Amino acid sequence: MMNWNRLCAMARKEMIQIRRDARSIGIVIAMPIVMMFAFGYGVSFDTKHIPVYVYDQEKSQQSQDFVKRFQASVYFNVVRTVTSYPELVRAIDKGDCQIGLVVPPDFSKKLRSGQKVSVQAIFDGTDSNSASLGMSYTEAVAQAHSQQLQLEWLQGRGQGQPRLPLSVDARTWFNENLESMVTIVPGVVAMVMAVVGTFLTSLTVAREWERGTMEQLISTPVTPLEIMLGKLAPYVMIGLADTSLCAVMGVWWFGVPFRGHIWVFLLSTLLFLVVVLSLGYFFSVVAKTQLAASQISLIATFLPAFLLSGFVYPIDQMPTVVRGITHVVPARYYMAILRNVFLKGSSVVTMWQDFVGLAIFAALLGLAATRVFRKKLA
Amino acid sequence: MNGVAPTVVVRDLVKRFGDFVAVDNISLEASPGEIFGFLGPNGAGKSTTIRMLCGLLRPTSGEALVAGLDVAREPERVRQNIGYMSQKFSLYNDLKVIENLRFFAGMYSVPAADLKERIDWAIDMAGLSGREQLLTGTLAAGWKQRLALGCAVLHRPPIVFLDEPTSGVDPISRRLFWELIHRMADDGVTVFVTTHYMDEAEYCNRLVLIDRGRIVASGSPLELKEKSMAGDLLLVECDQVGKALEELQGAPGVTDAAIFGNALHLVVDSAERAITEVKEFLTARGIEASRIERIRPSLEDVFVSLTSLNRDNRDNRDNRDNRDNRDNRDTPEAIGKGDKEKGQ
Repeated sequence: MMNWNRLCAMARKEMIQIRRDARSIGIVIAMPIVMMFAFGYGVSFDTKHIPVYVYDQEKSQQSQDFVKRFQASVYFNVVRTVTSYPELVRAIDKGDCQIGLVVPPDFSKKLRSGQKVSVQAIFDGTDSNSASLGMSYTEAVAQAHSQQLQLEWLQGRGQGQPRLPLSVDARTWFNENLESMVTIVPGVVAMVMAVVGTFLTSLTVAREWERGTMEQLISTPVTPLEIMLGKLAPYVMIGLADTSLCAVMGVWWFGVPFRGHIWVFLLSTLLFLVVVLSLGYFFSVVAKTQLAASQISLIATFLPAFLLSGFVYPIDQMPTVVRGITHVVPARYYMAILRNVFLKGSSVVTMWQDFVGLAIFAALLGLAATRVFRKKLA
Repeated sequence: MNGVAPTVVVRDLVKRFGDFVAVDNISLEASPGEIFGFLGPNGAGKSTTIRMLCGLLRPTSGEALVAGLDVAREPERVRQNIGYMSQKFSLYNDLKVIENLRFFAGMYSVPAADLKERIDWAIDMAGLSGREQLLTGTLAAGWKQRLALGCAVLHRPPIVFLDEPTSGVDPISRRLFWELIHRMADDGVTVFVTTHYMDEAEYCNRLVLIDRGRIVASGSPLELKEKSMAGDLLLVECDQVGKALEELQGAPGVTDAAIFGNALHLVVDSAERAITEVKEFLTARGIEASRIERIRPSLEDVFVSLTSLNRDNRDNRDNRDNRDNRDNRDTPEAIGKGDKEKGQ
């Protein structure tokens, strides 16, 4: 029932139309690149170089040593020193700094007499995530400084090297420097393909209805299946090329390791492409106008892929109900596979659950796409 | 034509869209080599009928056999046997001439051995030699229409449906196009064509007049002209044409009156009697008739006398049917078109 001639003619025609349409070319080439940069740089969960203002009320050698510790850390950036509280408050209000550090006037005196010194740190809590990170970093710096002081104090009293009873020798696998970019970039690749893939095919059928070419097309013996496969085939090629482009950018530009096997990457990508291309095609048939179809596909792919795929929020930390919903977001499986392929080099066998999830959606949506189109005008 | 099995058989075909009856019990037959014209005002159901015959719309009831195949049950096999040109130009403007041809050759599975010959034939037929590499969107309307015809008949279908193929095309291109239609008919192809150009209707072997989804008359152009008018036709040239029309519509012996150009056409019971009676009738009402004579009806006369245009002009005086008027919205355009054609 499938006619190879018709399928090839259909695919060839689609390819010519894509090549000749500047907008399609823009979507195919520019959109993935722009999105890679936007998400690769724009979405960072690392907090580094937090701007700090210091109000050193003592200005002694000791207080300066303490402030220098902050300066030495990559997490802080001591922007400037102020001389009054109002100045500090204004800086926080204006957002010039996120942390205001106040060293009391009796800092060195209390230290010398062995009393406990309280240093004040004021945090801008409008971004609670960076505030809490900043808080723990600040505590860590203060902790390290007190240890140093204690050590010096003990040595001054003629005691030998003190022993710390317990220490954690931490080593992070897969993302040695705990850079969020390393986990983000494989996720971005999945995001980009979810959006671009669906968007691309959402235009194909609607365009024929809008331009009036559909009436002629369905008066020929071509079957709905041939129309669908012929229309999607060029986009599978384009999708594979786009995903590879994103992956290459991830490795060469963003410095993300690729430890897995290329075939695992391609297989999962192919399955995911079937999902997103079928979805876009489905929207295109149902909506009948390019504008409506492209809007539906953007909304239907972008938000779930962004919020519910584990891209931004870890799935295991979601409320149970939301976690349940993530199972019907196909991007979730692809996102997990890509992260594992890139960072861990996992095989299909170890990721079988994600592959099965992806395959189920590929089958369901692929089937829906073959069924949705009717060769009738009304 | 005689004794040959019909290629298209339509029996009691009905298409409803909700409450609206677009096609109301149409029956017809067409034979190989016949040019079958569908004539009727816009919205009369011409396109809907053709779309059903092409399997693009599902009939509400009734039966249509195209090339011996039921369009409702085997639309795909029907499509291999037909060529269709829709009302709106519907080739791909962003493909080159040659790419459109190759694409449709692919859609119709034109055998590889035949391909070059058929494409060359279509290019030659459309007069597009040397323009194969042009983008289709850049072609003038006449070329586009001929290319569309070429694409639709690449697979040598025995039946061709052309839905207003010459609308928006210049007169020379229309002429060329009709030559192509005649050539196809000579080769035994059944050609269905809808039009509202009266001069084109004259080129058809057989005409069906459709109005509000119903066939109101059918036959050869000659038969229609001779038989479809009840009575004789008079041409009246006079001053105050509008007033004359109003007065004459109720006059004794006059069954119908309509404006044609700047004159009136009257349908009367008997020409001999009416010529003098009408003259006196008008004079009595202060209208000067400069010329009254019997004329042979044109297809336009037939068209006007048989379709709703005329009935509406008479304020539905005879109240012939009580169906709603929604399908009359296009009729003023049809009147305008008719008048324009006459004036040219």
